[in-house]
Amino acid sequence: MDKLVEMKNIHKSFDGVVALKGIDFEVGFNEVVGLLGDNGAGKSTLIKIISGVHSFDEGEMYIKGVKINPKKYSVKMAHNLGVETVYQEKALADKQTLWRNIFIGRQITNKLGFLNIKKEKEETDKIMHVLMGFRGIGVNADSAIKTLSGGEREGVAISRAMYFEADLVILDEPTMALSLQEVKKVLKFIQNIKDKGKSCIYISHNIANIHPVSDRFVAIDRGKIVGTYNRKDISLQELSEELIKYTKSSIQIN
Amino acid sequence: MDNLEKNSKFKKFSQYKSQIALLIMTVSVFGLFMITSPEVFFKGRIYQAFLSTVPIMGLMALGLTFVLAMGEIDLSFPSTMALSGFIFTSTFQATGSVILALIYSLLSGVIVGFINGTLVTSIGIPSIVATLGMQFLIRGFSNIISNGLAKTVALDKTISYKIFAEKLGVIPVQSIWFIGITIFFYFLLFRHRFGEHVLFIGDNREAARMMGVNVNRVKIMVFILMGIMASFAGILSCYRMRTWWPTMGEGYIMMVMAAAFVGGTSMFGGEASIEGTFIGSFVIGSLEAGIVAAGLSGFWTQFVCGVLILASVTIHTLVKRRK
Ligand SMILES: Nc1ncnc2c1ncn2[C@@H]1O[C@H](COP(=O)(O)OP(=O)(O)OP(=O)(O)O)[C@@H](O)[C@H]1O
Ligand SMILES: [Mg+2]
Repeated sequence: MDKLVEMKNIHKSFDGVVALKGIDFEVGFNEVVGLLGDNGAGKSTLIKIISGVHSFDEGEMYIKGVKINPKKYSVKMAHNLGVETVYQEKALADKQTLWRNIFIGRQITNKLGFLNIKKEKEETDKIMHVLMGFRGIGVNADSAIKTLSGGEREGVAISRAMYFEADLVILDEPTMALSLQEVKKVLKFIQNIKDKGKSCIYISHNIANIHPVSDRFVAIDRGKIVGTYNRKDISLQELSEELIKYTKSSIQIN
Repeated sequence: MDNLEKNSKFKKFSQYKSQIALLIMTVSVFGLFMITSPEVFFKGRIYQAFLSTVPIMGLMALGLTFVLAMGEIDLSFPSTMALSGFIFTSTFQATGSVILALIYSLLSGVIVGFINGTLVTSIGIPSIVATLGMQFLIRGFSNIISNGLAKTVALDKTISYKIFAEKLGVIPVQSIWFIGITIFFYFLLFRHRFGEHVLFIGDNREAARMMGVNVNRVKIMVFILMGIMASFAGILSCYRMRTWWPTMGEGYIMMVMAAAFVGGTSMFGGEASIEGTFIGSFVIGSLEAGIVAAGLSGFWTQFVCGVLILASVTIHTLVKRRK
């Protein structure tokens, strides 16, 4: 077992729409991989297969050397294997409180399954102060998600992933609604993952952000891997020129 | 900090505002009854009657509250009530065993719920369509197996009659079941992992799935819960009347939905009020008897019922919007 994630010839289609056409992809231990590609290239589909949201139609996948059966694999199993994901959609339920959104699917309960609400709220308060550094007025553990701003929501989704410490953290466009200062925090979080010996897949259209924190870049276009580059071998300028071949509109240089 | 506390206190208050409005409405309805026919409404008997009839629809309204919280609907429960009632009485007649009759009857509710849930999840039929079909199918099925004939059973000769039909002191046992199950359901929905999953599915199904909730399994379980509540309502009806009749449950569908809506549960999913359903059941369930006892014609029942539903749902919606 020398790779954390290993995918071989992965195919995936949705009701006839082919999203992935034979993907070979891997993430090493203690490696940060930047995943790049145009809108609709298949980035989110790829990471949702790793995180257990989608199954795959064809090919093989191994996580920590464990062969994944696509029929049995689930988000729960991914969590148990140490895979933590911040989805592009954020995966938050608007009418529910912050504390319920943090612990959904991984509640702190007694043996009968009843929630330890006090503990969950205490932990949420800690998460808000330590991880999120929330300064928003009137935001507390009991706030409903729908009362939060876009950036605050992203903050919640990212902090949730930080709280459940993982061996592989997947970040799918986590910084869309964040201020410059908050983006810096996310980049620091990625650096932290690296320092702790863990791994990360980072999806972003902003390659200026992605370049300094990644060990390797993987470019994907219309469901196929079209390029792999080591950061050591490629400068930001070269990388962006390389990518313009595949992506016309969506790459930002700065 | 000061600001924060004020904010959360305000939230607490507005959270209860709909419930307070509902209570005021309930009290005014009964106040009106007391003024118009004091000879009936200042005696205990009518309240005893309410306490034995309202729970039967109220239990189904509690089950439906879970279904609504999940963003789905069930229209099949009135027929399930009849089917389970038939299975209960005929098993009891054939074997003389109350226990066996209870098991088979509740099992029929589980099976109906499982079929509903499977149609909705695995096949992907919208719940309103799937359960509409089941509503006809089950009613037809119980008419076929019963030949459409009512059954009278001597349930009052069994010890179980005390548990399911008599009174504890002056309190009809049906209402004790209702209160007990209401409290249990409150904790199940708001303090248990299962209920949290139900709320998340109703709120944002994809988010629930991405966070590891087994959406299909939870949905099937909620339809089963609804089926069990309908069965239990059928069993209590059989005990109360010592009879099973083929149209059992007819007329409940609108009342049960009204009880949940009046109580503040919406059709949008992701939020629900168990205590609201409890109160709503008494408001809706006692209306007809109250109006008739007040000497008004039955026509008034529907009219007043309509006013109450619209008024309460308007208040719930306005309170939510302001939040
Ligand atoms: N649940 C789904 N059902 C049907 N089609 C889907 C689904 N999810 C993705 N697709 C399709 O698969 C293709 C790849 O989508 P995907 O979301 O993986 O792209 P992406 O690279 O993440 O794009 P973006 O940068 O816009 O987020 C698209 O054509 C999309 O329409
Ligand atoms: Mg995407």
